[in-house]
Amino acid sequence: MAEQERKQTQREETTEEVTETAEASSPVGEELAEKIDDLLDEIDSVLEENAEEFVKNYVQKGGE
Amino acid sequence: MTERIAGAVLGTETEFGITIRNQPEFNPVLASSLVINSYAGSRARIQWSYEEESPGRDARGFGYEPAPMADFESGLVNVVLTNGARLYVDHAHPEYSTPESTDPLEAALHDKAGEIVLERAAEAAGSALAPEERLLIHKNNSDGKGNSYGAHENYLVARSVPFGELVRHLTPFFVSRQIVTGSGKVGSENGRPDVDFQITQRADFFEEEVGLETTLKRPIVNTRDEPHADPTKYRRLHVIIGDANLSETQIFLKLATTRLVLEAIEAGTLGDPVTLTDPVESVWRVSHDPTLATTIRRSDGSSISAIELQWHYLETIAKHAEMEGVSDVDGRALAEWEETLELLESDPRSAADRLDWAAKLDLLEQYRERDGLTWTDPKLRLVDLQYHDVDRSKGLYHQLVGAGRMRRLFTDDEVAQAAITPPDATRAYFRGRCVEKFGSAIVAANWDSLIFDVGEDALKRVPMMEPRRGGRSMVGALIDGSDTAADLVHALGGSDG
Repeated sequence: MAEQERKQTQREETTEEVTETAEASSPVGEELAEKIDDLLDEIDSVLEENAEEFVKNYVQKGGE
Repeated sequence: MTERIAGAVLGTETEFGITIRNQPEFNPVLASSLVINSYAGSRARIQWSYEEESPGRDARGFGYEPAPMADFESGLVNVVLTNGARLYVDHAHPEYSTPESTDPLEAALHDKAGEIVLERAAEAAGSALAPEERLLIHKNNSDGKGNSYGAHENYLVARSVPFGELVRHLTPFFVSRQIVTGSGKVGSENGRPDVDFQITQRADFFEEEVGLETTLKRPIVNTRDEPHADPTKYRRLHVIIGDANLSETQIFLKLATTRLVLEAIEAGTLGDPVTLTDPVESVWRVSHDPTLATTIRRSDGSSISAIELQWHYLETIAKHAEMEGVSDVDGRALAEWEETLELLESDPRSAADRLDWAAKLDLLEQYRERDGLTWTDPKLRLVDLQYHDVDRSKGLYHQLVGAGRMRRLFTDDEVAQAAITPPDATRAYFRGRCVEKFGSAIVAANWDSLIFDVGEDALKRVPMMEPRRGGRSMVGALIDGSDTAADLVHALGGSDG
């Protein structure tokens, strides 16, 4: 049930953000962009090194 | 009223991807064996018995009988866990089969528990490797190079339902449910047309409508008929057209909606099936369009989109549910299903908090925007792969969870508990509890029996041909009250025949 409430809150926030962004285009939009950048930065810090080599070496045998 | 059997027992089997960093020549069979053998949560290394059951003998209920001696396949790495699950090496992958459950929410929880088991096993296996080497386990279904491995679902179905009925109704359902079950993938494989991003990991690999194969010429509806239960009453529907999912909501939806459709088929309430002109082509065409605009051709000449097809199933089932009432879990499934289809209809990326493919697409698009990457950039392929890493400190699904971006159905504690505790209402309870308490006396196990060595001349075999027998209410007190396996086996009764 806590899940439901959290979801609802998230939705309300999203709606507010959209409204505010429409009124005064900058601060909230920038905040959102910052949040996304933070997430990508965090993910960058755990991504395997050398993407090309990793992807090339990732070979599996078929299964099932 | 007739007994409802469809989906009354269900579970999943997942083959995990495995790789070792900085050890390009690694042997996946040995690495998988190392993972399984390293798992500390295993109380017993138990042989899996592949013996064929004889229906007349096995139709009886609980009790023991003398076990035949020479029918155990040896040499395979196989562990039966205290939660009733099976952890083993299949082909060149570690595989986790959940214990049987009677509830799709509980089954989803046990599917998640499999990730914890593999995460712990991989961590333990890592200590046997050189310092620069790292063993990685991915809950995915493809290496992006044309090799696929499975995530299968199993549902108990009444033998009395004609298989043709299942095929007619399930084919369009399976084609369309990909928009709910997909885990997303960059690019295409297996000779399918090029695409930047597609909804599922597996669609490119389906080449037949109906068939027995699982490793090549994969069929939309698999005909493997191995019920692991009384074959006169039951069939086990072995569903191979699904992706391994990380999202808890998605695993629940996949299992619960498929079960609802099976129930409707069994009850005869689905009406005339929608028939598609070319189901195999429809599978990849649906998967290749994350905008969900693609329509597929029906035999009557009209066209229909995957989302319209999903609405058709949902509305038909919901109408009957309104008239006849539904269980809590089915009601929850119907509500979640409706909400998810609404989100997908408005903007697929708005389902990023609950569907792996939408979450992955959203993440990839953010990367593309920030770093100006084209779809062929290796970094995007890496993000695609690493989304599935079961290591919670590395897996990108888990990073999204940590950032509060994925909707959860379970707490970490619930998942951890499910990794060691069996479901209450099926024979998995008997299996799991016996492994926990009498593990050293079990010489072999499979889904429908346990074989004990209680120090007497003959081994004692306890058949479990009814998946819904052997639960806590039936055997809990018996196990609690038995000090030894011999006590238990004799308390169960039976004959030395």
